[in-house]
Amino acid sequence: MNAAKQSSRLHKGGHINRQKQLNFTFNGSLYQGYEGDTLASALLANDVHLIGRGMKFHRPRGILSAGPEEPNGLVKLGQGGREEPNARATTQPLYEGLVAESQNCWPSVKWDVGALLDFCSSLWPAGFYNKTFIWPNWHWYEHFVRRAAGLGTLPTEDDPDTYSHRYAHCDYLICGGGWAGLEAAHNMAKSGQRVMVVEQSADWGGSLLASSDQDDITQLQKTLRELHGMANVTLLNSATAVGFFDHNMVSVVEKVCPHHLDHSGPRERLWKIRATEVVLATGAIEQPVVFPNNDRPGIMLASAVVQYLNHYGVACGRNVAIVTNNDSAYQTAFDLHAAGIKIAAIIDSRPQCTSDSSQQAEALGIRVLFNAIPLNTVGRKRIRAVQVADCSTGKALTQLGKKGLIACDCLAMSGGWQPAVHLFSQARGKLRYDEKLAAFVPDQYPDNVRVVGRALAGRYEVKRFIPTFKPAKQWLDFQHDVTLQDIDIAVQEDYVSVEHLKRYTTTGMSVDQGKTSNINALTALAERTGKAIADVGTTTFRPFYMPVTLGTIAGRRRGALYAPTRQTPMHQLLKQAGAEFWDYGHWQRPAAYPQAQETLHAAMQREALAVRNSVGIYDGSPLGKIEVRGPDAAEFLNRLYINNVHSLKPGKARYGMMLDEKGIVIDDGIFVRLNESDFLVHTTSGNAEHILAWMEEWQQCEWPDLNVLIRSVTTQWANATISGPNARKVLEQLDSDIDLSNEDFPHMSFREGLFSNSNSDAEDVPVRIMRASFTGEMGYEINVPSSYGAALWQNLMTAGRAFEITPYGVESLMILRSEKGYLHVGADTDGRTIPDDIGWSGPIKNKQADFIGKRSLLLAEQQRQDRFQYVGIEPVNGQQELTMGSHIINSEMHSAPAESQGYVTSAFYSPNLNRWIALGLVKSGRARIGEGINIFHRGKTSPAKIVAPLFFDQEGGRLHV
Amino acid sequence: MLQITCPWCGPRNETEFSFGGESHIIRPVRPESISDRDWSDYQFLRENPKGTHYERWQHRFGCRQWINVARDTLSHEIYSVYPMGDPKPVFDRKEALL
Ligand SMILES: [Zn+2]
Repeated sequence: MNAAKQSSRLHKGGHINRQKQLNFTFNGSLYQGYEGDTLASALLANDVHLIGRGMKFHRPRGILSAGPEEPNGLVKLGQGGREEPNARATTQPLYEGLVAESQNCWPSVKWDVGALLDFCSSLWPAGFYNKTFIWPNWHWYEHFVRRAAGLGTLPTEDDPDTYSHRYAHCDYLICGGGWAGLEAAHNMAKSGQRVMVVEQSADWGGSLLASSDQDDITQLQKTLRELHGMANVTLLNSATAVGFFDHNMVSVVEKVCPHHLDHSGPRERLWKIRATEVVLATGAIEQPVVFPNNDRPGIMLASAVVQYLNHYGVACGRNVAIVTNNDSAYQTAFDLHAAGIKIAAIIDSRPQCTSDSSQQAEALGIRVLFNAIPLNTVGRKRIRAVQVADCSTGKALTQLGKKGLIACDCLAMSGGWQPAVHLFSQARGKLRYDEKLAAFVPDQYPDNVRVVGRALAGRYEVKRFIPTFKPAKQWLDFQHDVTLQDIDIAVQEDYVSVEHLKRYTTTGMSVDQGKTSNINALTALAERTGKAIADVGTTTFRPFYMPVTLGTIAGRRRGALYAPTRQTPMHQLLKQAGAEFWDYGHWQRPAAYPQAQETLHAAMQREALAVRNSVGIYDGSPLGKIEVRGPDAAEFLNRLYINNVHSLKPGKARYGMMLDEKGIVIDDGIFVRLNESDFLVHTTSGNAEHILAWMEEWQQCEWPDLNVLIRSVTTQWANATISGPNARKVLEQLDSDIDLSNEDFPHMSFREGLFSNSNSDAEDVPVRIMRASFTGEMGYEINVPSSYGAALWQNLMTAGRAFEITPYGVESLMILRSEKGYLHVGADTDGRTIPDDIGWSGPIKNKQADFIGKRSLLLAEQQRQDRFQYVGIEPVNGQQELTMGSHIINSEMHSAPAESQGYVTSAFYSPNLNRWIALGLVKSGRARIGEGINIFHRGKTSPAKIVAPLFFDQEGGRLHV
Repeated sequence: MLQITCPWCGPRNETEFSFGGESHIIRPVRPESISDRDWSDYQFLRENPKGTHYERWQHRFGCRQWINVARDTLSHEIYSVYPMGDPKPVFDRKEALL
């Protein structure tokens, strides 16, 4: 493939590096540009104007702007995992080997099947989605619409790059590295305070780079040199301030390592900058002019045409027509003229200029037509001519020939300047409509925010003109393909609120957020409804100013770093024992320990049998452990537990339950009285953090008079729990000073002591043993300081060898506790469960004192007999599988619809009973024990029976041996 | 993102704190002696002012202390941070921006 010549590149001028030529590919063709180009300037240098297709009508579209406001020039950039949809050609720096493709076209940008939509475009008026897709239903259309509409396609591969986040603080944050921003930075930096300047483009200077005045450039370079030399100034280029949040927190997206270069650093970095004062130097955005067929390739903003000329040395056309409603576009004409480019005419909708610009134009021999507007344009893939009309009559100017046509290959338009007030508005600044500038300008300032430069007041006096010609389409929003006719339809249908209009027509709702369309749409709405623009108002600006990639928002929080993982001190040993780790909360815990060839299910069954038949060992380290100490500890806990805490003797443990103030069970666990004033509270593993916070809130906010110290010791103590008829025999082999006999150390008691260290030089190891059980077997929960956790596990495994001690995982424990009907809060309870629902009204009746949630239990609703109550469920056929989440229905009902009378909360195959067992919450459950029911699951029913929630060792004798 | 000045740790980002809703809600001393309605008001009825809101936050990823914050719900301006147990300070609402 031969590289095309840069036929529209001027021989001199611009801030590009002509020594460094770069090759790139657009839609499969090879082109060349220079270092310092954007993709857009390089394409234009190669005379490529047709860059994409409109979203709805698939009309040919070209580059409109030279900045981030670009609505048309969105391309698919890169390949594979680095593919990026909706990249702006106007802000994308060119690099060697860049590969870009057009979006929204098939089979190619030049011959696009979807363009047929343009010929039947009456199909797509405002409110089209709302109106059309009601019948027969949306799904009927969805496939077609999704294929035809939308911007770009998502990459399917994983993104191989990294993204990062960074916080920063400064005294002054200046958003915008144009002249106004740099000048402000220079002034503020003199005081020695910390100054940060962020500039969205790779180049500093903003619109100054489009200036043909060499003095401007010299001054810019001098200021930049000085700023770079100041230690208290941080300059970030290729960094866009995208969001203004509370208390002067500005988020900035910095493009760090372009993906074509090395991959050593992050591709993008999200800065969260907190500044004492934020200075907005965000400039102003030129607006298009509304006229029929104003969307053809070659129709561009006048400021963009001059920027391509002076910044990049590119001629966007050789015969340029200017359409304007203000004086700024005259400078474009003068600079083009000076570069030897022909000006076809200046078409000005005003009766005269506000300065002497028209005299200057005439002196240069440039034809100026006042009171003139474009009536139409010609040229499908590139503008060829503009038809000019008198703006009061709407008739073609016959002085230009019969049809009023002026030939041109580029149309530079200026519809006035709208200050980029997005960040100001996000900062809750209030705007005011300025009639003279025909723009919204900052009015009421939030604290510690100031605005400088063109962001303050646009640029030139403007007389905006919204034509009434029909029926040719006149674009307002190029990106979302919204036309003036859509506003007409909305107004005709009585939409008057700007917020409604926006949603009905979808104007300004595409990824460019209407940077080049909102003002024209508002002006049209005001004009059509006979209101003043100030009264129509503007819609709310919301973050982000520019689209932000999901990778940047995620930062490092992907894959393994998505959430913190917690491993216990025994993790490596468990892994060696064959643990299959699942995530429980943030903890990685063994679900079970499948041995070679064994399924997880088989492992669970084997482990659950081993515990009942001999002894099992369980890593209980994640169990929540909170110490509550102090003279008022008992009183404090007595107010939180439904149980009586005062009566608990030192060294004893009690099963307790906590409620929230609504009476709902939030946690259960065993609490221990260490001595008169100190308690150790055990919480469910997943609730440890929540219960700690719960206690702190009550202590600090409600009862600061109680003298209590609360601290979490969850990760200070490793816990190995041994359970089974041989548990004591195993523990006896470890050398401790604790008497383990059943008489001295019965079920539900607690001992502190010492393990003697096998290394005689080392100190003995503190140990806390709680005799309790979640399996229904004799159980010892053995706690040692975390650093001894692995040693404890190893010693118990050695001591248990003679008894074939078996490690068991969380899922195996779930089988064992279900056989015993032991409740699992959060699984067997839901957000409505009160103690009585799970058969726990006893302790409450015996407790006089108030506790959290008690009052709510007295409400009539909580006394009803038809509440969902905790019961056991047995299938009639014991080999019939039961599934958690299945619904309970009446035994006469065999299909949906049927009243759901509750649901299965836990279901397991019991290896000790050789049949399926389940627990559940069932309406009036306790009164229905013995009743037949049906279990409904995925459209099928199976017969079952409600039973008491206790399947194994009804007397509980195995606990007390 | 708010910046809250913890009396113990200094100015910190909102992400270090957890929100605890309206402050100065006093739990009834003898809940069993009050009506169902009063009990439900204590649990569920909260102020929703346009202006100064007295609320409590915990510096959860810091010193873990609960603090009172007087914040303008319109401007998010924080008028005062004061310890639990202190009385409500009074503020004149500033000119609203929105
Ligand atoms: Zn703190």
